[in-house]
Amino acid sequence: MLVFVIRRLLQSLLVLFVMSLLVFAGVYAVGTPIDILISPEATQADRIAVVAALGLDKPLWLQYLLFVQHAFGGDLGKSFAYNIPAIQLIFERMPATLELASFAMLLAVVIGLPLGLYAGLKPKSLPARSIMAGSILGFSLPTFWVGLMLIMVFAVWLGWLPSNGRGSTVALLGVPVSFLSIDGLRHLLLPGLTLALLNIALIIRLTRAGTQEALLTDYVKFARAKGLTDARVVGVHILKNILIPIVTVIALQFGSVIAFAVVTETIFAWPGMGKLLIDSINVLDRPVIVAYLLIVVAMFILINLLVDIAYSLLDPRVRLSDAGTN
Amino acid sequence: MTDVLEVRNLHTRIDSASGVVHPLDGIDLTLKAGETFAIVGESGSGKSMTALSIMRLLPEPGWIERGEVNLDGHNILTLPEYRMRDVRGARIGMIFQEPATSLNPVLTCGEQIVEVLERHKIEEGPAARRRATEWLKRVGIPDPERRMDEYPFQLSGGMKQRVMIAVALAAEPQVLIADEPTTALDVTIQAQILDLLKSLQKERGMAMLLITHDLAVVAQMAHRVALMYAGEIVKIGPRDAFFAQPLHPYALKLFASLPGAGKRGEPLASIKGFVPPLHGQFTGCRFADRCDYAYDRCRKQAPAWHGPDPQHQARCHLLDPREEWRLAELLRREDDKVPEAADFAAPADAGDLLEVRDLKVHFPIRKGLLKKVVGQVKAVDGVSLSIRQGRTLALVGESGCGKTTAGKALLQLVPVTGGTVRFGGNEVLGLKGAELKRMRSRMQLVFQDPFGSLNPRMRVGEIIAEGMASFGIGANAQARNDRVAELLGQVGLAVESRYKYPHEFSGGQRQRIAIARALAANPQLIVCDEPTSALDVSVQAQILNLLKDLQKTLGVSFLFITHNIGVVEYLAHDVAVMYLGRIVESGTAEEVLNRPRHPYTQALLAAVPRLNTESKLPPLTSEVKEHLAADIPSPANPPAGCHFHTRCPLAVEACKAAYPAEVAVSATHKVRCIMVQPE
Ligand code: SF4
Ligand code: SF4
Repeated sequence: MLVFVIRRLLQSLLVLFVMSLLVFAGVYAVGTPIDILISPEATQADRIAVVAALGLDKPLWLQYLLFVQHAFGGDLGKSFAYNIPAIQLIFERMPATLELASFAMLLAVVIGLPLGLYAGLKPKSLPARSIMAGSILGFSLPTFWVGLMLIMVFAVWLGWLPSNGRGSTVALLGVPVSFLSIDGLRHLLLPGLTLALLNIALIIRLTRAGTQEALLTDYVKFARAKGLTDARVVGVHILKNILIPIVTVIALQFGSVIAFAVVTETIFAWPGMGKLLIDSINVLDRPVIVAYLLIVVAMFILINLLVDIAYSLLDPRVRLSDAGTN
Repeated sequence: MTDVLEVRNLHTRIDSASGVVHPLDGIDLTLKAGETFAIVGESGSGKSMTALSIMRLLPEPGWIERGEVNLDGHNILTLPEYRMRDVRGARIGMIFQEPATSLNPVLTCGEQIVEVLERHKIEEGPAARRRATEWLKRVGIPDPERRMDEYPFQLSGGMKQRVMIAVALAAEPQVLIADEPTTALDVTIQAQILDLLKSLQKERGMAMLLITHDLAVVAQMAHRVALMYAGEIVKIGPRDAFFAQPLHPYALKLFASLPGAGKRGEPLASIKGFVPPLHGQFTGCRFADRCDYAYDRCRKQAPAWHGPDPQHQARCHLLDPREEWRLAELLRREDDKVPEAADFAAPADAGDLLEVRDLKVHFPIRKGLLKKVVGQVKAVDGVSLSIRQGRTLALVGESGCGKTTAGKALLQLVPVTGGTVRFGGNEVLGLKGAELKRMRSRMQLVFQDPFGSLNPRMRVGEIIAEGMASFGIGANAQARNDRVAELLGQVGLAVESRYKYPHEFSGGQRQRIAIARALAANPQLIVCDEPTSALDVSVQAQILNLLKDLQKTLGVSFLFITHNIGVVEYLAHDVAVMYLGRIVESGTAEEVLNRPRHPYTQALLAAVPRLNTESKLPPLTSEVKEHLAADIPSPANPPAGCHFHTRCPLAVEACKAAYPAEVAVSATHKVRCIMVQPE
């Protein structure tokens, strides 16, 4: 196990390094932020001074090396726009995004898993067919459209739920969170649902496919021949087996939910990292963009690693084969 | 003995796209306490369907139309499903064919037994755990405490089957249904599992319904036997009478199609045609289309039960007392038939075609941070053998012994680690490009699973012609076309078959196609890897007959890789026995099969269940069995010295020192065991 983790960490470092190169070069290619940051009336001398202060006068490779050097010290540069460390800016916004993403994943599991199980166990029934038809919608509707529709129905027409912001937050271990207050929950609901929709559809499909496959296996046949109740056959024998791939996918999806949050956060004016990214792109705030992308990549890598570990913990065949044979 | 289970007039139906199928049409049988009742039949006969119907575990579109299943006099077919669950596991236990897939992979062995005890309210909590551990011990699992917390994948195949038996019996059912309980196991393991079932049954006085395709297993285990064909029982009787008098023409054919030493040189009986489709009603005998003795009455009227005594009966008009004259007439005609001369003279010695010396195939095991090679799986570790022109060498061994890898290595389908392979006098290892291709055209391969090896999107004609073009055989498309027609004829398929796709054929026919494809290149050697193990015995007989005919007419040699001793006895000229990557004994079929010298060969041959009890070899003693019960070691880490010493009844300290040298018992008979002295 340890060997495996070390190998994965080394691989991750390599990925991070390549990513930083790509991101750096990519952002450089997008354009220079000077024109946006400096008022058009500034003199040439002012301009040169600002460029020098931001370090933009150096050649790209040198800028990159300096960046890497600082990055090792935990410094990903200062935001041009806010003039505070980019990393601090992102970390301030991160809890909001993480909360939204977790809430969305929770919704996806709580809704998707039972529906998927049902659809798998009774594939020919009318509810199962409707579930499957619904899941196709979940896949094909674009997030922004769903978000707008939800706002229209629940916020504008019915007026039941707020359409933007985070609502009142409660500090949990010093971090502001929304889900502990009714108002906060009301604010979470629409963006959470928007973000969850695709994953609900995904989990329904996965669970259904897994259940149907499991129903045909010999071990389910044998479990039935033992006289076990349906509850035990489905709840233990089937679920324990199909949960392995589902957990894997859920965890991997968590990464993309964080990335997809960009759109949802923008629509619902949710003050998370995604919104920060859009704002930063608008002013070409290079350090924030670079820092954001690197942090998201790092999170992806971390989640992947955790998934692999979780996978091996869930599946005894993986867990024990690594430790046992020698 | 009292009747525990009684099945009466059971009719099962399956809804399918092409209408309602009748897999069971009026099954009647009774099971007495302490009795083993076997149902035998080929695939599609309805034997497994009978078991599933009794358990009411039919797959989704299946349903029971009418009939009764009386357990202790009460019909369980009328129970509501929730009450039926109290019957399953508690009063009727069931085990299945595949221990590897029937146990839940993510639950420990202990959990899988405990849940039965708790479900049927036999024990709870720690007491249930204790009871489960006891059961593991009772089914012969060493170190049961530890095994309780292990997962199925950590156990060998035989161990898994023992766990499955423990699960099925934990709630002490009166009836055990065993559906092909040993089909997935090696013979030496099979012998142990059959013994275990026998002794548990005796000890507990339970009734056992054994379902199998293997007549020899039945002969060993059953008190009474029923033979099924096309959804009904066609013959039923006490074991000895059942095998002594075939009564029914289908039974006669089936017995005669089993390969074995006694039939060497004669063609095996084969049954023409196919099992009829099971849609709807039959007006006459279901076997009529395939029966050599069918006459007009057979097609008009379904035969009733007749037989020499009330216990031993068959459904055939010929047994009707009124038809006595007809039977007598038929028997006279049979007697007049001149038996085909046994023709088993091996061809005159034409010299070695294939000469393999010290062949090695090692697969690296990688581990650790840098994926360092930390060991080798020595799948094939110094195999030497030779095959002469026009002869058949059988390479025999149990699963994991490396026989399949050895076959592939000869054709260089896996990377070879070392050794030499001379074919027709020329070294073939290391050949590349055009030369490799030329060599391959002379050595062909036929696989076990004909379906997996035939491209489903190509027509049969294309499949056969494909190889020819790439090997440069046949002057032009027309010539190749003619050749395809000729080949199809040779393997007994209609010429029109060339326009069909593989899925339109039965398993046996697909194997014929695979053989035709192999023959297309005019090979001198065909490596056959378990070519008949996926087939029913009557179909297997056809394929074996075909292979023998081809050898006679074309003079090809066969390397026959198999675990089926009956097949080896029937057609091999020479035999090599493999254990954990090495050949432990080799010689002519006569020498190895009749006078085996290596303890492993002896055990292997003695473990094979046989129809006739008078085998030339003494049966396994319980002491030998105990030794054999040890797990087969992994080829990644074979025991030092003689690899067999962990399971060998004769092992002494010296066996662990070094791998035994080859001892020549005769010019052809070679054995690797330190206990064997040259004669
Ligand atoms: S009833 Fe007729 S067709 Fe059927 S097995 Fe007897 S002889 Fe053959
Ligand atoms: S060498 Fe020893 S262990 Fe090996 S087969 Fe002979 S007696 Fe048995």
